[in-house]
Formats: sequence, structure tokens, C-alpha cells
Amino acid sequence: MNAVEVSHLSRKFKDFSAVKDVSFYIPQGEIFGLLGPNGAGKTTTIRMLCGITLPSSGSATVLGFDVNRNPDEIKSRIGYMSQKFSLYNDLTPVENLSFYASIYGVPSKERAERVKELIKMADLTGQGRQLTRNLSGAWRQRLALACAIVHRPAMIFLDEPTAGVDPVSRREFWDLIYNLASQGVSVLATTHYMDEAEYCNTIGMMYEGQLVALASPETLKNNTPGLLVQLECDRPGEALDLISHHPDILNASIHGALVHLTLKDSSAELPLQEYLTRAGISIRGWDIIQPSLEDVFLRMVSEQLSTTESEAEIIRSVA
Amino acid sequence: MNRLWTIMRKEIFHIWRDPRTLAMIVVLPALLLLLLGFGISFEQQSVKMAVADFSKTDASRRLIEKFTASNDFIYQYDVLDEEALIDLINQDLVDVGILIPENYDRDLLSGTQANIPIYIDGSMQPTDALTIQLKLNSITSIVAQDILIQKVQKSGLATSIEMPVSGILRTLYNPNGDSKLYMIPGLIAILLQIQTLILSALAIVREREQGTMEQLIVTPVRSWELMLGKILPYLIVCIFNLFALLWLSQLFFGVTVAGNLGVLIGLSIFFMLGSLGMGVLISTISQSQMQAMYILMFVVLVPAIILSGLMFSRENMPPFTYWFSELLPVTQYLEITRGIMVRGVEASSLFLSSTLPLIVLSIGYFVASFLVFRKRI
Repeated sequence: MNAVEVSHLSRKFKDFSAVKDVSFYIPQGEIFGLLGPNGAGKTTTIRMLCGITLPSSGSATVLGFDVNRNPDEIKSRIGYMSQKFSLYNDLTPVENLSFYASIYGVPSKERAERVKELIKMADLTGQGRQLTRNLSGAWRQRLALACAIVHRPAMIFLDEPTAGVDPVSRREFWDLIYNLASQGVSVLATTHYMDEAEYCNTIGMMYEGQLVALASPETLKNNTPGLLVQLECDRPGEALDLISHHPDILNASIHGALVHLTLKDSSAELPLQEYLTRAGISIRGWDIIQPSLEDVFLRMVSEQLSTTESEAEIIRSVA
Repeated sequence: MNRLWTIMRKEIFHIWRDPRTLAMIVVLPALLLLLLGFGISFEQQSVKMAVADFSKTDASRRLIEKFTASNDFIYQYDVLDEEALIDLINQDLVDVGILIPENYDRDLLSGTQANIPIYIDGSMQPTDALTIQLKLNSITSIVAQDILIQKVQKSGLATSIEMPVSGILRTLYNPNGDSKLYMIPGLIAILLQIQTLILSALAIVREREQGTMEQLIVTPVRSWELMLGKILPYLIVCIFNLFALLWLSQLFFGVTVAGNLGVLIGLSIFFMLGSLGMGVLISTISQSQMQAMYILMFVVLVPAIILSGLMFSRENMPPFTYWFSELLPVTQYLEITRGIMVRGVEASSLFLSSTLPLIVLSIGYFVASFLVFRKRI
């Protein structure tokens, strides 16, 4: 049985479609990553799956329960962690954990043992009795995760769980998630960080409410058409302006001091180098690289934009 | 049931762990009762008076004495002309100016009516102006009576005469006209109204702003458990406030509960639950703390203070205002605190006018807030 099955799920808020016709599934024990810019519909999708926002159309099941008919069954079996690490700042970590343990109906006999176990998991040993507001971001994040799994849910939803946490702690956090998945817990996580997406078994990319890509990180990277070149030059900004509308370029973007170019194919390499040199840009490096998820994502978005633009043009020309 | 207790305990932690807020919740209503109690409930003090006496005779001095003898008026200024008299009123140095004309004494002797112009500052509170007018009228008529009686006795028609009609005044309850007795029970009602509304409205908005509401609604917690769990600790706080306010009223103002304390507490709990519910309703329909505060102040609290009958009589209000104030539970509750504390009446004698409306309104607001809360959450 799949932990999550979503088919043709949509949600409208008055005239605005937050989620449009989204379908995917998550096998048990897998980590599913939902990527996309702010406002892409990730949070609305998660809220529908958690049973707190009703879908406008389509259907979805979580752990075998329908989100329309059995939201209460779902709520008691899942864990949810929001981007704000919603903890009570004026309670101690132990009190926060005991509170959620009691709300989720963990039997009182097992509660103390479970709380102790989670304090250890979140590396909060010795911090259990001070107020949560005095904890650092990384600790609060791990405590929020501990609260979300206090009742040993079979499925957890993480909405931008690593926002505002340093890279080392983010890594440690994902180790915890891996550990849970290895115990058979299914995970759906949203993130802005492309490097995190590489931890996932499957990635869904959302843009303006639609699922624009759905595959494993490897497949996404390998199936990207064109040739990705990393250009090192003296004036990257100027180079980008010059080249971004060149007919042989599918996509161009700045990555730090470097420019990433997606070329149509390898035959365009030499003419482009000449074109840049003629324009007075001195090329220091020209390397063909494996695309990162970020490249894939930016490319997807620009493709999506050009389709909507051309659609709009068609509409205009018809009118 | 277990979850309800869990939420209540958490809410009590929130109150207990924040000593400054706890102190404000406990101390501010008490301080406000003292401040307003001493501030509002002054007795009508002596009226300051200026006199322009053109007559300067025994008769005119006797007239002035009549005014000053009653302690109601203080002879503050002695002026020479009408202009100076009006000037003093303009500068707000006196409330009343009396002008005794030059021919006052002669008119009395000759039997022609002596006209005495009296000026009153009409810009003061209308009830105060009215009180002063009544006092002035009664003093002038006593003076007139005395002069008439003297004349009749002198004329030998009768050696002793009695006034044919005399009203005997018996003031039931609050015989000394002590305005404290009237104001304090009203103040208690208003303070509890402010307390209940702010506590419940902000408790829910706070949870939403922290983002913990989002976390809670993903748990299997039921909306009634959440709402009751948040409200009941505050009900306990408000019951504590009620006892503190009653105790302070007795200690500082000598205002005791004349009627049944148990009935007063029972009806107070109804009022508090209704008001706490109203706070929940306001914070559920508002999207931000700002909106909640606006609805709180402009729709409920200010009308509650002005229209509930705390300071102004509701009898003469136009129908719309009257019925709006009827819909505020505090209007009913105020009648009840006054009824039970001052008059010592049974709740049954206020049943149709106040008790029943209070219970109906309280249950109404509570149920409405629960339904909206459940839907929005």
C-alpha cells in the first residue's frame, strides 16, 4: 500500500487556483520532496493531505484514509511540522513533548519513557528543563520534529523543516529523517534548498500550482535536454545580458561568480565562445558539467514561463 | 476529557510563567476600581457662587445667608456689576451668579414682586445643572415662604399658620444618596467585561500568531476541547477578580452585597462565560490582533461603558441605541449587580427584565462563538 496517493487534486481560493490537477504517490518508507518557489502551492497541498484544508476537486488518500471523508483518522496517524517550528516558547522541551504526547493520546504509562527517548534523539539531553525560547534554532528544529513524531506516526509531513537553520544542522536533521525512513516511516517534505532535494527518493516540482516535474533526482538531472556549460569570465553580468537571448541558448543564469549556460547542443560551443570574445569578454573557463537540481528547476520554470507567454501571444493574435 | 485537562494545564502554565502579565491580570482591575471608584463617585460638592449685591440691606444679606447656610453653596466672590458676574462664570471660577437688584428691600416692603436674576453655567453636565437649578428653586421658594408667613403673621390674620401640604420623603435603599453605592456595582460589571473580553480574544490570537494553532489543528484535538481548555483557566482568573473586587468595594467604599452572594456569583459566571465566548468570537472572525482590538474597543467596550447605564440613564435613549445596549450582556449584568448589591433583591424579581436576558444572551454568544470557532479552525 502506498502511504500517499493523490489524483487530480485541485484547490481554489475564490478566483485563485492554488493547486491545479496534481497527481503523485509516495510508497511506504520513501522520502518525497516537494520543490518550488513561494506560492507554488506546496503548503496548500500539504494542508489538504493533513485534512485541514478540503480539496475543491480530485481525491487523495493518506495511509489508506480519504482526506475528504476521514480527516480525523488521518490526523491521529500522521506527524506534521511547520516551517515556524510551532513550539510553546514558555514551556520547557519536556513540557512541549508531554503536551503533544497527551494531545495525541500516547498512554500515560509510556509517556515518560517516550519523552526521554525523544529528548535523546533530538540531542537535548541536559536541556530538557530550560524554557524553549532559550534554545538555538537547530535545537528548536529538532524539538519540533520530536513533537511531530511523539506518537510514532507512520507518515510525517515536513513543511520547510530547515528554513533558517545552518548547513551543518540541516545535514544532521536530514540524517534523522533518513533514520526515520529506514524504520518504515514515509516522509513528505517541502524545501527551498536544492541540495536537500537530492536526499529524496522522488521529487515533485511545483510551479504556479502545477506539478511540472515528477521523478527521481537522477532522472531529472539526466533527462534535461541540452548541454550545461559553466562559464568563468571577467564580467559575468555583462556576459549574461549578452548571451541570454542568443538563439543557441536555452537558459542562462548566474551562480555566484559563474554563469551557467544551457546550450542547444555541442555544435553551438565554438560560435558562442567566439561571440563572447568578440564582445570583449575574456573567457577564463568553459566546462561542461552535470546539472544540479537547481539548474533543472530554473530551466523548468523558464520553460513554463515561455509556454504561458506563447499561449498569451496566441490568445492576443487570435483576438 | 484528558485532552481538555492537558490544554487547560498548558494555558495555566502560560499565565503562570509570565509574571508581568499575571500581575497585570490580577492587579490592574483592582487598581482601576480604586481609581475610578474614588474618581467617579464624588458627592455633589458645594456650588461656587458669586453675588452682586446692589441692595446692600439687611434683607439682601438675609437672602445670601439662606444660600450659604445650606452648605450647598459657597459664597466665593463679591462683585460690583453684572458684567463681572458673567465674567466669573466664563472663566469657570463660579457656577452660579446671583444679582440682587437695588430695590430688593423696597419691593419686599411695598409688596411688589422682587425679581432676582440668577445665572447658571449651562455648559456643565446637564444633570449637575439640573440639580443646582432644583436647589436654587427650593431655596428661593423657602425664602419667599418665610417672607409670606411673616407678612401674614404681622397682618394679624392668623397668629400661627402651617403649610397646607408637605411631602415626606422616604428614600428606599441608599438613603444618603451616596453615589458610590450606585457606581461601584456598575464599575465591577464593566471591569469584568473588559477583563473577560481581552483575555479570551488575545489568548486565541496569540496562539495563531505563534503558529501553534496551525500545529494544534493538525492533531486529533476536538474544537470543543480546544475552546473550553483555553476559556476555563480564564474563567477561574475572572472569578478570582470578582472576589477581589467585591472585597475591595467593602474595604475602601463600604459597599457590601445586600442580597444573596451565591446568586450574584452564579449569574456572574454566566456573564463571564458569555463574554469569554464573545472574545473568542471576535478573535475568530478577525484576521489579526489589530482587527480584534478594533472590534473589541469600538463594537463592544466603548458602547459597554457609555450605553450600559453605568453613567447615563438608558430610559431616554432612541430605540436603536436602546436595543443595541440591550444586546450587550453587560447591560443586563449591570442591572443585576446593582439590584443584588444595592437593593438586595432576589434574582427572581429581575427575572424578566435582566436575569433571563443575561442567561439567554450569554448562552447565545457562547454557542455562536463555538460554532464559528469550529468552522474557522
